Amino acid sequence: MEKVYFDHAATTYVRPEVLEAMLPYFAEDYGNPSSIYEIARSAKKTLETARDKAAAALGADPAEIFFTGSGTEADNWAIRGIAELYEKKGRHIISSAIEHHAVLHTCEYLEKRGFEVTYLPVGEDGIIRVADLEKAVRPDTTLITIMTANNEIGSIQPIEEIGALARSKGIVFHTDAVQAVGHIPINVKSQNIDMLSLSAHKLYGPKGVGALYVKKGIPLRSFIFGGGQERGRRAGTENIPGIVALGKAIELAVSEMEEESRRLSALRDKLIDGILSSVPHTFLNGSSVKRLPNNVNVSFEFIEGESLLLLLDMKGIFASSGSACTSGSLDPSHVLLAIGLPHEKAHGSLRITLGRSSTEGQVEYFLKELPPIVSRLRDMSPLFEEYLKISDPARVSG
Amino acid sequence: MNPRNVGEIEDPSGVGTVGNVKCGDIMKVYLKITGEGIVEDAKFKTFGCGAAVATSSMATEMIKGRSIDDALHITNKAVMDALDGLPPIKVHCSCLAEEALHAALWDYSQKNGLAIDGLKPPVNDIEELHEGAFA
Repeated sequence: MEKVYFDHAATTYVRPEVLEAMLPYFAEDYGNPSSIYEIARSAKKTLETARDKAAAALGADPAEIFFTGSGTEADNWAIRGIAELYEKKGRHIISSAIEHHAVLHTCEYLEKRGFEVTYLPVGEDGIIRVADLEKAVRPDTTLITIMTANNEIGSIQPIEEIGALARSKGIVFHTDAVQAVGHIPINVKSQNIDMLSLSAHKLYGPKGVGALYVKKGIPLRSFIFGGGQERGRRAGTENIPGIVALGKAIELAVSEMEEESRRLSALRDKLIDGILSSVPHTFLNGSSVKRLPNNVNVSFEFIEGESLLLLLDMKGIFASSGSACTSGSLDPSHVLLAIGLPHEKAHGSLRITLGRSSTEGQVEYFLKELPPIVSRLRDMSPLFEEYLKISDPARVSG
Repeated sequence: MNPRNVGEIEDPSGVGTVGNVKCGDIMKVYLKITGEGIVEDAKFKTFGCGAAVATSSMATEMIKGRSIDDALHITNKAVMDALDGLPPIKVHCSCLAEEALHAALWDYSQKNGLAIDGLKPPVNDIEELHEGAFA
C-alpha cells in the first residue's frame, strides 16, 4: 500500500543532504567547540558557519542568532526573558488567541506570576486585526508575541505591520516563526522583527535543535545557566550535528522556497477544491488567501476527526485533526474555536500539510479514498441521522 | 477500525442517546427485545473517536442474546476488559457505552410500563445537540 505522509507541519523527515552534512560530527569531528585542539576547532568553525547560514536565511547578523534545543525553548526564552527583563517598566504582554502552546503556556505561567496578558482575537480567517493590537497597547506593555503563521490553519499574520507598530511604541516584538521559516519569505529587518523562534525539524532538519534570533541591542539574559556557550546567553555544550543540520536545512529551504512554494500551493489548491467539490457539508478553515503554501484544514460536518484519521491511516494516509481526542484533552483545538467554529465542527476537522515528498499522485490517491471514508463515518453518525431527519423527513423512516 | 452492529433497527424496542457534542462523543443505541425479555438485536450509531466507536461496537456485541437482568450487568469495566483495556483518557468512552445501553433499556421500560430493578433514568446532555449541532 502506498504511504502518504500528509503531516509535514508535525515534523518533516531529514533530507539526505542534511543527514550527510551532520554525520561527520557524531564520531569524527566530535570535539567540544570550547576545547582548543584540532577536532574541537573544526567543530567550532562548523558552528559559526551554521550560524552564518541561519542568519543569512533571516536577513540577520550572525551575532544575533542563538541556537537552542527546540522552537519551544526559543519561545520560552524570548517571552520569559523579555517579561522579566522589563518587569520594572511594565507587566503587560500582548499575544493572540491562536498561538502554539509553547507561547500560550508560557504566557499562562507569567499570568500566575502577576503579569497581564491580552490575547487578541482573530477573525474567521485566523488573522488578527492591527487595529485591535493598537487598542490593546498600554503604557506598561513590554512585549508583543504573535506567531508568523499558524500551525493548524496556516493563516499568515501581518508581521511587518505588527512590527512597525511595536517599534513605534517602543515595545519588543517576538514572533514564533516555526511554521513559516523556509516556507514563506522572512526578513527580520524589513519586517521589523525583534525576536524570532525557529525549529529545524519543520524544514527537513532533525528534531532537538532550534534557534532564537535576538536583535542587536536587546539585552536578553541567559535562560539556562552554566558554561559560556552562545556568548554566555545559552549554556550547555552545543549540539553540533544538530546545528550543522539546521544550517544546511535552512540554507536549502530558503534557496528552493520560491519554486517549492509554487509547487505546493498548486497541490494545496487542488486538494482544497477536490475535497470541497467531492464531499458535501464540508468547509475550509482559515484564510484562502493568506495561507501557508502547504496547509489544508477542512471540517467535515457530522463526523469526528480521530475516527477519520484512523480510517485514513488504514489507507496509508497520515494526517492530523483538531478534535478533542487528538488534542489529548476534552476540548477541541483552541485555534478552531478561536476562528468561531462550534465544538462539533471543530471535532470534525482534518489538517493536511504537504511537503517535499508530496506528489500530484498522492493528492489524487487521497481525493479518491476520502469520500467513501467520510460517507462511512456519516452512516455511523447519530448527528448525520438527525440532520437527514430534519432536512428531508421523507428519506428516513420512523 | 471495523466496528460491528453499526446501523439502526426499525421499530426498536428501546433507543438511548447519550453524550454531547462539546466533548465530541455521542452514542445512540437501538435494542430489539423479545416478549421474553431477551435482547435479540442491538445496533448503534456513534459520533466520536476510535475508542468511542470500539466501545459502542463491543457493548452492543456483548448485550446481544442477554436477558435484561444480565444486560444491566454489562459495566464499562466489562466493556474495557473485553477490549483488552483502554488508555486513561479514553475510559469515559466505555462509561458512555454503558450509559447508552442503560438509556436504551430505560426507554424500553418506559414504553412498556415496566419497572426494572437497578435501572435509573439516563443522564444525558443531548439537549445540547439540538441547541448547537445544526446552527
